[in-house]
Amino acid sequence: MSPAKTALTVALSSRWAKPAVFAAALVPLGWTVWLAFTDGLGPEPVAEAVRQSGLWAIRFLMLALAVTPLRIVTGLPVLARFRRMIGLFAFFYALLHLLTYVGIDQFFDWTAVWLDIVKRPYITIGMGGFVVLLLLAATSTAGMVRRLGGRRWRALHKGVFAAGVAGCLHYVMLVKGWQPAPFLYVAILLVLVGVRLAAAVRSRPPPHRRKGERVAVT
Amino acid sequence: MLIVSKAASHLSENEVTPRGHVLSRRSVLAGGAAALAMGSAPLQAGATAFTVQTTVRPTDTAADAVTPLKSATTYNNFYEFGPGKSDPSRYAGKLPLRPWQVVVDGEAGKPATFGIDDLLRFPLEERIYRLRCVEGWSMVIPWTGFPLAELLKRVEPTAKARYVAFQTALDPQSMPGVMYPILDWPYVEGLRLDEAMHPLTLMAVGMYGDPLPSPNGAPIRLVVPWKYGFKSIKSVVRITLVKEQPPTAWNRLQPDEYGFYANVNPEVSHPRWSQATERRVGDFFRRKTLPFNGYGDEVAALYRGMDLRTYY
Repeated sequence: MSPAKTALTVALSSRWAKPAVFAAALVPLGWTVWLAFTDGLGPEPVAEAVRQSGLWAIRFLMLALAVTPLRIVTGLPVLARFRRMIGLFAFFYALLHLLTYVGIDQFFDWTAVWLDIVKRPYITIGMGGFVVLLLLAATSTAGMVRRLGGRRWRALHKGVFAAGVAGCLHYVMLVKGWQPAPFLYVAILLVLVGVRLAAAVRSRPPPHRRKGERVAVT
Repeated sequence: MLIVSKAASHLSENEVTPRGHVLSRRSVLAGGAAALAMGSAPLQAGATAFTVQTTVRPTDTAADAVTPLKSATTYNNFYEFGPGKSDPSRYAGKLPLRPWQVVVDGEAGKPATFGIDDLLRFPLEERIYRLRCVEGWSMVIPWTGFPLAELLKRVEPTAKARYVAFQTALDPQSMPGVMYPILDWPYVEGLRLDEAMHPLTLMAVGMYGDPLPSPNGAPIRLVVPWKYGFKSIKSVVRITLVKEQPPTAWNRLQPDEYGFYANVNPEVSHPRWSQATERRVGDFFRRKTLPFNGYGDEVAALYRGMDLRTYY
């Protein structure tokens, strides 16, 4: 292991690493709430709050999906310890997204919300992705891993890819016209899946990867 | 600036705002101009403010209070300048507004090209209209302009003219959004001739008493208050009288979502948005959307006998 890698591994293994990541993951929430109370969310603060929470849900989802590819590419197994927390933050922001939509945008107009879910495909797909994240969050504890058994738990948690696809589709479908931003997330998702596939095809233990064999990540 | 009293057909004399009222509101705006200038978009350089009569305003001015200028100039859809709501306020200022010409041609006895200064000499009036976006938000905007009918009459539509096609400027130099295939540029829109000739249909050259800000479609745009906002095409360079229904930008992209008529209709959902309610920009609660955006008394007759679910 190179000195840089060793230093990184030590830093990431420290007992402060997780609290630091936890605090960093709350920054988008804190920033958005700050803007909301300082007239910083623009002329349509409700729409902007819904948009921001949704964007951060998909960003954290992509980050959670990036942990394993990053581990493969960097050869830093220690990264794995952050995966659950990042995944739970994806769920947390997705929940905020849903709550701002139901509670603020629609002001608990359950009929309108239900009609949206059944009639608007992008909302149906978004809700599907949320339900998957809810299941994964609910089974994210060590106790649940034990109860389900490792094999079944891993199979269930492959669902995170379905959530990723649902999140991207939801975004692509909700914008008007062919806008570039949602396709950026589609591209990220493809790269993240591609890295895993490439690694699986080579079927070589990632830590022994030789120099020059790195899989490009953009 | 010429002062013209020109009441719209449906307004009685006593509903017309006295000039003093308009002036006092103008001076209030002028006083707040410095504060507003910071966040708002650049106004047309060197252009003077309008002093014109308000001929149309909402019946309930409390429920339909005028949207703050800053909201109206910083929350826009003008995809030529980017898909974000704040993109037009950031980038539209780069669009050169002079010289500016509007070609009016097609099935016309006297096709003509109007310079923007010719258009500013049309009899102008202020009309406070509700604006309902297909995305479910709305505003109340005081526009300065003249009826499109006045312009069309000058070119003398022939008997063959049945529709009117409109086109937005396309200037890749100043329009960062057109490098993406969001829509098939340039933006085009269309109206049936009777819709275009309707007295409510306005060509706006200003809003809030000042020349039209760039994000709002400077220097001249269409305003059709009973239709979803995307029909009210911005920064118009060409108006063509045609025989057949012309292609329209959003309809061409997703015909099942954006109809040619696009009349505001709470009964007909957009596939992605219920149109039953809307949020007035700045409000917390949604409100019910009105058929024809509340202009049904004036315009419903245009669509008599048409199934508005088919012709959405």
